[in-house]
Amino acid sequence: MEKNIIITLEGVKKHFPIGGGRFTALNGIDLAFGEGEFAGFVGPSGSGKTTLLNIIGSLDTPSEGKVLVLDNNIGKLTAKKAAMLRRKKLGFIFQTYNLLPVYTVFENVEFPLLLFNMNSSGRKKAVLDALEWVGLTDKIKSRPAQLSGGECQRVAIARAMVKRPVVVLADEPTANLDSENSHHILQTMENLNKDLQTTFIFATHDDKVIKYLKRKILLQDGKVTADKIITN
Amino acid sequence: MLAIKLAYRNLVGAGLRTWLNVFVLSFVYIMIIWHYGVIDGWNYQARKDMQAWEVGNGQYWQQNYDPYDFFTLEESHAQIPETFRKGMAEGNITPVLINQGSVYPEGRIQSLLLKGIDPGQKVLALPTAEMNTDLEEIPVIIGRRMAKSCKLKEGDITTIRWRDVNGTFDATEVKVVKVFNCDVPNVDAGQMWIPIKKMQEMMQCPDEATIFIIGDNFKMNEKIAGWEYKSQDSLMTEMDEIIKMKKVGGSFLYLILILLAMLAIFDTQVLSIFRRQKEIGTYIAMGMTRRQVVSLFTVEGAMHAILAVIVGAIYGVPFLIWQIKTGFSMPAGTDDMGLSIAQTIFPVYGAGLIITTILLVLIITTVVSYMPARKISKMNPTDAIKGKIQ
Repeated sequence: MEKNIIITLEGVKKHFPIGGGRFTALNGIDLAFGEGEFAGFVGPSGSGKTTLLNIIGSLDTPSEGKVLVLDNNIGKLTAKKAAMLRRKKLGFIFQTYNLLPVYTVFENVEFPLLLFNMNSSGRKKAVLDALEWVGLTDKIKSRPAQLSGGECQRVAIARAMVKRPVVVLADEPTANLDSENSHHILQTMENLNKDLQTTFIFATHDDKVIKYLKRKILLQDGKVTADKIITN
Repeated sequence: MLAIKLAYRNLVGAGLRTWLNVFVLSFVYIMIIWHYGVIDGWNYQARKDMQAWEVGNGQYWQQNYDPYDFFTLEESHAQIPETFRKGMAEGNITPVLINQGSVYPEGRIQSLLLKGIDPGQKVLALPTAEMNTDLEEIPVIIGRRMAKSCKLKEGDITTIRWRDVNGTFDATEVKVVKVFNCDVPNVDAGQMWIPIKKMQEMMQCPDEATIFIIGDNFKMNEKIAGWEYKSQDSLMTEMDEIIKMKKVGGSFLYLILILLAMLAIFDTQVLSIFRRQKEIGTYIAMGMTRRQVVSLFTVEGAMHAILAVIVGAIYGVPFLIWQIKTGFSMPAGTDDMGLSIAQTIFPVYGAGLIITTILLVLIITTVVSYMPARKISKMNPTDAIKGKIQ
């Protein structure tokens, strides 16, 4: 943990209203993440992995406690500032890829850069670089419906990485992929983590992903039950 | 600019869905413009025809004359004022003597209005010159509606009966020298035009008239005792009211068409909320603000309207031009409604009509796009990303 701390969570709780009562998804989480980590929340369904990832990604706010992401207090961010944080510093990879169906591969990867007002030539170079990282330069004109699941997830990775974010948050990125594609995807992300020093945080219960993690944070009923650093 | 760029990409990418909506909207544009064009064309033609065939540039009415009360006709004729003589000689004003009468075609009796007019007049488009003929019978002209209702045709001889100023009934034979075709029922239905001199003799009121019809070059500023001036506009008030009513009626069609357009866009946008939840969640995850998402969806909707203008222009402009040239044939029997209406109406499309229609559809489309888009902005992004229906 000698690296720069970029994410800290202190006493984080999250409650959701259910019927007349409430469901506690996170129950006092204290964690910190340094720059360039390749970590993951591991646990069964309902353990709070995705909720935690959403809060770090400023898509949700904690009910109690404090979350600092790159010096931004998530609980106190305005919607606009949260959007700016996601736009500039965070990348997302989803289980169901969430590619824009009417866009080509190139346009999907280009999308985050359009929000930056980057010029056309700069965008083109960045998109081609990102597609080269994931090995999809030959598919730039294809639409998501024409790609396999593995290819879609690789496009999603390229889209998350194209703006060179500080942190990439991946929610069950291999859940819809076969073993071979899963390993390919994870190797790609591992390489990007090494080459670009991007922090990757996963939410997963997939053994294939868990094998690649350098830090495993076990969640059970909204609590951290173990936080292991894996050293090869 | 970002919203426009993304909205354009989304629309083009959506393919058939976009083009179906665009086509519906373009159809709405064209139908509204065409429909109002037909009404404006009708209005234009009706005013032109009424001016040419009935009202001229205005009229003078004998003070007792009331076209809606036939009982006033006996009292509503008077000596031709001297001040009109010069205009009459120059053909700029023409007198008309009106009285009730009956016609006996094929032994039947049918009431009618007898209208005496100078056969040499040039103020109205009536083919009165046809009555300049030497016949044993009195030459008369009638319109096609009158000919149809009396079953008379050119060359037919029939009997008419009337009552003169002294209350004496008299009858004579007349010969139909011309059946004219005219779109103005007020000079046609239930009327028979005869030379004014004969009429004055029949009525025993020489040199008298009921009304004067003013032509183009007649100037008269002074008031004439016993005669009331009726301007062209006041004489067309009835027609204007009918056109106005027709426009109000037409606005229901307008409303239905607009609703159709609204439905198409609203449906698309509302469906988008459900179908495109994931997409919206993805936009938010990638850093778009809620306002940007609302803008994107609103611009998408508005862009349908803009694309519809282009698509509408492609097939609509040739259609509208073709209609200007060939006109719109009114259904059979329309001319029996008593309105001044041509058998074929040539639409008139004003720039105001086109611009107003485009702006109206654009504004409505934008508003109905904004409404569901505002709902989108209230979606929880974490649920939206998963595509959970809320």
